[in-house]
Amino acid sequence: MLPELFFGYYASAIVIFSLLVVTRSNPVHSVMWMLLLFFHIAGLYLFLNAEFIAAIQVIVYAGAILVLFLFVLLLLNLREELKVKKFVGSWPAGLFITAALLAIVLSAVKSFVPGPAGKYSVEFIKQETHTKALGKLLYTDYLFPFEIASLVLLVAIIGAIVLAKRKTGSK
Amino acid sequence: MVPLNWYLMLSAAVFMIGVFGFLTRRNIIIMFMSVELMLNAVNISLVAFSHYLQDLRGQILVIFIITVAAAEAAIGLAIIIALFRNKDTVHADEMSEMKG
Repeated sequence: MLPELFFGYYASAIVIFSLLVVTRSNPVHSVMWMLLLFFHIAGLYLFLNAEFIAAIQVIVYAGAILVLFLFVLLLLNLREELKVKKFVGSWPAGLFITAALLAIVLSAVKSFVPGPAGKYSVEFIKQETHTKALGKLLYTDYLFPFEIASLVLLVAIIGAIVLAKRKTGSK
Repeated sequence: MVPLNWYLMLSAAVFMIGVFGFLTRRNIIIMFMSVELMLNAVNISLVAFSHYLQDLRGQILVIFIITVAAAEAAIGLAIIIALFRNKDTVHADEMSEMKG
């Protein structure tokens, strides 16, 4: 009973916060609701025995990405943002597409059959500790994707600087 | 024990809210936040699968998704700054240079 209650609270909070994120007219309020949303998602990860993922959810999403969003909002003009309409004119079409997609996905979820279970049972992870098991897998079987991820980050660093740099001598 | 389907339904709901925000909001920054919402929805379902199928590969995938999300946020926000510098607006329906 208690796990269901716990999941119910987190699920309803996550859905409500995501709705608030996409419907607030002030983008700063959206970012703040998103912060709460990310903390609740991290709580859900803890509930699923994924404590390392919960930690990087808080550090990377709530700590880094949202601060980046806030900084960019700081640079833009928010005064006129509060006066104009927040949705595009054809928003009912978007709502219809979304509802249809949701109906399709929910009807597909019902017929889902899980595959055979792997070797990382709760007892195995409890004995090995979660971060160690994850690190062993990441640095052996997934070493090459891990290196590619570092390349992606390098491209992002250089690309962000090149794109946001003010062109000198063009004006 | 919470059934796996509940997590999948929660993930689907959050993903669709993200799709709705991306399709209907005028502000490009909120559209980017909707994309982050969709990535988070996928992460929820991947971690749930990883727990219920007792396989850590789902969580490895989540780490890579978070990496790509960070890169995407940095690049996307740089593009927004460049756009705002040239056009003085962050509204998606006022940008029609590509005639899309």
